[in-house]
Amino acid sequence: MRKLFLLLSFFAASATAGENQIILKDKPGRDQVISQCAMCHSLDYITMNATILDRAGWEKTVGKMISVMGAPIDDADKQTIIDYLAQNYGK
Amino acid sequence: MIDRRHFMKKAAGSLAALGGLSLLQRAGLAAAKGSEESMILDALPGKEALIKKTYRPPNYETPVNYFDVAFTPNNRFFVRYHNAVIPEVKASEWRLRVGGDAVRTPLEFSLEQLRKDFKPVEIAALCLCSGNRRGLFQPPVPGVQWGSGAMGNARWRGVRLKDVLAKAGIDKSALEVSLDGADSGVLKTTPDFVKSLPLAKALDENTLIAFEMNGEALPHWNGFPVRLIIPGWTATYWMKHLTAVNVISKPLDNFWMKTAYRIPKDRFPSGQFSSQETETNMPITEIVVNSLITNLVDGQTLPATKLLEIKGVAWDGGNGIAQVELSTDGGISWQQAKLKQDYGRFSWRQWYQAFEPKGSGEYQIMARATSHSGVTQPLEPIPNPSGYHHNAVQKITIQLA
Repeated sequence: MRKLFLLLSFFAASATAGENQIILKDKPGRDQVISQCAMCHSLDYITMNATILDRAGWEKTVGKMISVMGAPIDDADKQTIIDYLAQNYGK
Repeated sequence: MIDRRHFMKKAAGSLAALGGLSLLQRAGLAAAKGSEESMILDALPGKEALIKKTYRPPNYETPVNYFDVAFTPNNRFFVRYHNAVIPEVKASEWRLRVGGDAVRTPLEFSLEQLRKDFKPVEIAALCLCSGNRRGLFQPPVPGVQWGSGAMGNARWRGVRLKDVLAKAGIDKSALEVSLDGADSGVLKTTPDFVKSLPLAKALDENTLIAFEMNGEALPHWNGFPVRLIIPGWTATYWMKHLTAVNVISKPLDNFWMKTAYRIPKDRFPSGQFSSQETETNMPITEIVVNSLITNLVDGQTLPATKLLEIKGVAWDGGNGIAQVELSTDGGISWQQAKLKQDYGRFSWRQWYQAFEPKGSGEYQIMARATSHSGVTQPLEPIPNPSGYHHNAVQKITIQLA
């Protein structure tokens, strides 16, 4: 929880007030999702595509963020993030 | 649930200015069908409340009831960005660099020079996001889940891109003109948003370097101080915070041209962009014929009445609107709606029709536009991988009670 608080404080610098009210489901992997994804975009990109993307869809999306958008996410975090998104925000 | 509570809180504060919670609420909920999202109204600095799709980068659409006027107010105009670093550009410091391997003399222009040295032109044109109504596709298509509000009609004033390019001189080898704006990604590794136009479109007399919108400076969120206007083409080419135009001899090769914003060739008319076509797909270019009912929303209940005026807008990629037909019985019979003032072939056209209901009950309202080239809206949207060009005939159900 403390780690999450620190992460949120860090992003508050670039995030809008409204953005800080987006609370993702408190399940394993959330810290990695917040620290990696929110670096470049607000987390409503995730909730907006919930129930649209299945596991394969989230895999493709996270893969695109790394290979096309240049997100510096290592393989271990990549898997954690895909699992979290597929389990909590998957179709 | 969080979103919903948040929406209610936000909405309460801005209700007086918005006139009609139920209309907005339903419009937003209809738009969010298929995703878990519910509607949040939020105001970016300098803007009035819009429907928030994403905070960062900011993607906000206009509630449809604001389309009831010929020109969409600047502070209600939709906002769409791919990357989150959006510098506030100072007009006095802004420069446009004209270069590229197929330009004779690279040049730089200040805003003052553009205003002073070139003939001003004003064009009324619809600015329409390629993915407008993506959220209405079934099955759902990933991406920003736009409802019907990622568009706006405005009077754009500026100078012709062709005049500016002529000053720099175009080489015979010129093939495309690439466009870059001041915005960028958070990480250096994120591809910059750079687009290109085929030379012919860059030299079209209607393609403008615009510095005014509806008689005012462009709002920051719509490209201050200068953006490109390509009337009739979707907004992906309307580069905001324009900083560079490069005349180039080879097709621009980047993610935003080669992968994004592409449509299958066999399902849409020619894209007019042969240097970027493959065997199977091509860049999205010209806006397709379309219409929208602006004063009613699906599922709305109204008090029984003898006379109900149905209003809306219709548009296409520059042929102009020949007619709009309206059905109040689910498509069994159609009547011609009346068209309002014509502001030019790139502007949307407002229309209205008086409807005399036979009594209380359910009515299915549909609107169908036809362009001067004889093209009409389809009954179903044309499926395509990225959810572009949703132009199906709208069908909404209202209750009179």
